[in-house]
Amino acid sequence: MILLRRIWDHDLAWSFRRSPVTVVAAALTVICVGAALLAPWASPQDPFDMAALNLSDAFTPPAWEDKGMASYPLGTDNQGRDILSTIMHGARISLGVGIAAVLFALVLGVSLGLLSGYLGGRVDAVIMRIADVQLSFPAILIALLIDGFARVALPGDRHDELAIPVLVLAIGFAGWVQYARTVRGSTMVEKEKEYVQAARVIGRRPLAIMLSHVLPNVTGPVLVIGTIHIATAIITEATLSFLGVGVPATRPSLGTLIRIGNEFLYSGEWWITVFPGLALVVLVLSVNLLGDWLRDALNPKLR
Amino acid sequence: MTLEVRDLRVEFPTRRGTLTALDGVSFSIAPGEVLGVVGESGAGKSITGLAIIGLLEPPGRISAGEVRLEGRRIDNLPPEEMRKLRGRRIGVIFQDPLTSLNPLYTIGRQLEETILAHLPLSKRDARTRSLALLGEVGIPAPAARYGHYPHQFSGGMRQRVVIALALAAEPRLLIADEPTTALDVSIQAQIIALLKRLAAERSAAVMLITHDMGVIAETAHRVAVMYAGRIVEVGSVRDVIHAPKHPYTVGLMGSIPRIAAKRSPLVQIDGAMPRLNAIPPGCAFHPRCVRRFERCFDERPDLMAAGASLAACWLHAAA
Amino acid sequence: MPLLKLERVSRDFDVSPPWLNRVLDHEPRRILRAVDQVSLDIDKGETVGLVGESGCGKSTVARLIVGLYAPTEGRIEYRGRRLQMIFQDPYASLNPRWRVHDIVAEPIRFLGTPQKVEELLRQVGLSPDDGEKYPHEFSGGQRQRISIARALAGEPDFLVCDEPTSALDVSVQAQILNLMSDLQRRLGLTYLFISHNLAVVSQVADRVGVMYLGRIVELAPAAQLFSRPRHPYTRMLLDAVPDLGMSGRPRTPVRGEVPNPLAPPSGCTFHPRCPHANERCRREVPAFIDGVACHAVLEGRI
Repeated sequence: MILLRRIWDHDLAWSFRRSPVTVVAAALTVICVGAALLAPWASPQDPFDMAALNLSDAFTPPAWEDKGMASYPLGTDNQGRDILSTIMHGARISLGVGIAAVLFALVLGVSLGLLSGYLGGRVDAVIMRIADVQLSFPAILIALLIDGFARVALPGDRHDELAIPVLVLAIGFAGWVQYARTVRGSTMVEKEKEYVQAARVIGRRPLAIMLSHVLPNVTGPVLVIGTIHIATAIITEATLSFLGVGVPATRPSLGTLIRIGNEFLYSGEWWITVFPGLALVVLVLSVNLLGDWLRDALNPKLR
Repeated sequence: MTLEVRDLRVEFPTRRGTLTALDGVSFSIAPGEVLGVVGESGAGKSITGLAIIGLLEPPGRISAGEVRLEGRRIDNLPPEEMRKLRGRRIGVIFQDPLTSLNPLYTIGRQLEETILAHLPLSKRDARTRSLALLGEVGIPAPAARYGHYPHQFSGGMRQRVVIALALAAEPRLLIADEPTTALDVSIQAQIIALLKRLAAERSAAVMLITHDMGVIAETAHRVAVMYAGRIVEVGSVRDVIHAPKHPYTVGLMGSIPRIAAKRSPLVQIDGAMPRLNAIPPGCAFHPRCVRRFERCFDERPDLMAAGASLAACWLHAAA
Repeated sequence: MPLLKLERVSRDFDVSPPWLNRVLDHEPRRILRAVDQVSLDIDKGETVGLVGESGCGKSTVARLIVGLYAPTEGRIEYRGRRLQMIFQDPYASLNPRWRVHDIVAEPIRFLGTPQKVEELLRQVGLSPDDGEKYPHEFSGGQRQRISIARALAGEPDFLVCDEPTSALDVSVQAQILNLMSDLQRRLGLTYLFISHNLAVVSQVADRVGVMYLGRIVELAPAAQLFSRPRHPYTRMLLDAVPDLGMSGRPRTPVRGEVPNPLAPPSGCTFHPRCPHANERCRREVPAFIDGVACHAVLEGRI
């Protein structure tokens, strides 16, 4: 109870309550994430269970249209899969890939940024030049390259089961630079502060100082970048999947669903692509809004 | 009187209630007079300066009282008029000269623009005047430095440029907020001497805000001591320094280390200045006061006669 | 045997622009000599003050002594148990994410000293309950107390204090100075006390060194230095101190500013500001003899 009270009174909680847009975004995010997490239990149908599919129900429009059926609220696709169920399962994959990719980028970027900023000199020069070079390629291109490389390197039958880890690595690797740069900058500021010098006077080793002193003081901006990056990563994954190099069609993400539906858009079955698209927009927009709020709330100048 | 401040009250509304940063601050400065406003951090001395020139950071606002410049009320002027007044009638010098100078313009251009904005002069006259001002504030070879940018000057020289800018339009009131704090001792002395001389020559009123009693002793005629958003003592510099009346001033004077004094433990005032959200009732100084008595706990003293000075302390209440 | 001995210690900093810019702009390497041939002995139990204006190298000397920088030339010998340091900025010297207890306990855990955090906090005038709080909950003076507690946790016999009260209000400064002299008496500490404020140094120091552009120009017992300063720079500094007594004593106006340390003047680096400078001062670096480095003093001209 006391803990709840303290959370409620916290500055972050206060600025959260004051921003209706943020509250709506958070609610949408919770709904999206909840639906995705609970998909195996809550979705009306298991779209991956071939036995449960009924091909004769293919191309059913949404329930409110003329030929709609109540059991398929958002209609079905060409194989008779319930769109709502595929969206829930797809969001699960999209979110999973997005979050995992961000975690990978974050750990890699923060570590390299810390090393670069704290050690300086040659280590810094090498890491930052790599970052510069990488920044001159679009992220999607880097992800494509890595994904393409993995396709060639891995035997065909292994590829499908490794598709998702490869995707995570590809998207994550394409995104580490911004963490590294931010953390490097803050680290260079923090390492000049006297508390770091005090730890050096005691005789603590550089690695210990980096992890126990500097790291806790440079995580604020990382949190903000991470949140916004989740949205970007989901989009990147969707783009890759839309291009057909992402997750396989047997376990479709939102991007795959949009690609599949795209073929039917001009033949009148708009719902197959529009609803996954909408879901993607809502998910990305609300995560982005949360990230924006977090950035402002953590910025003492705007408080 | 050039500047008159009456019962000034400044509040900062926050979500945890309204903080009162200044409470019932009154003082005045005559032409040619230097009033030192001294106090430790959190006393409200800078807020007083900012309130007078209308530069309080939102959500801070003047909630009561009035400020008059040469008899005219200025605390309720619209921002645009206040902006014109700063620079023309009120010159301002801040602690960090870099914040007062535009890094992208040469100092000559900044001076000329300030002069042209406030005085009816031709561009040529403005230039002549700028050069004269730079010479007056002690910039060697003003003509050679006219086209230089702020970063090409040292800290002390920059502060001289800022003083030249503040004086450009012959203001009636000069507000200097910690003008020497960022400077080395040897430069400090030069700037103090300069400020003092220029203010006297122009018979401008000067409000000198500082935490450094030494600077006040060298420069000011009168001094106002602030504590927790109120003035606790006002008097001539000599009286306040040699015969302080308020126990806080007594402690403050005793805690200043002096050279050549025989070494003895410094007088210390225990505790610290209260935060704005925890100003004690009664006399705000009573928890730290060695001479407190019952009355101090719940009754707030106003300034009252104490010798030749005024002190806000019940010790001086007429029995 | 002095507790600490600095022998002709110098420290250079490379302040050149990055390699690429240097090549493109045809600029040479730029070396800043922050500390130049400083020799200093400090005995057990005494307090040595080091004064000077910004950029004179006094903080670099502090960091050389505790090992935060390695000397470019010269030797530093320390015969005591352990050195600790107190820093200037009470806001930057405590890790804002750590509880006070953990801050003070860090040297104990890392160095294995048998100190108790509660005891240390009490010793510097804080309550043991304060250990649960974070630094931002304290005022500047209280933070400086925490800083002192942390330094004491390492069981030092020598404390290097770099402007420990410069960021504090005067009444709080008095508290901290009194606390420090109290601790010195009880624990037998040796201090190197660095400050730009001559009045503060005159209150705490037994001996005082005056630094100008990386060199010690005068070193003397405090009483002597403040009553009979010898080096013209020391005299100038003393003259510049605002006069609280308002005695109206005549003062020589201070001249000029500290020159750019990247291009220090030839000979005696103080000569452009010195009223007694002659041809020799412009040409020849004065040796540090008998507590002062000044041609005019050694020639008996002043």
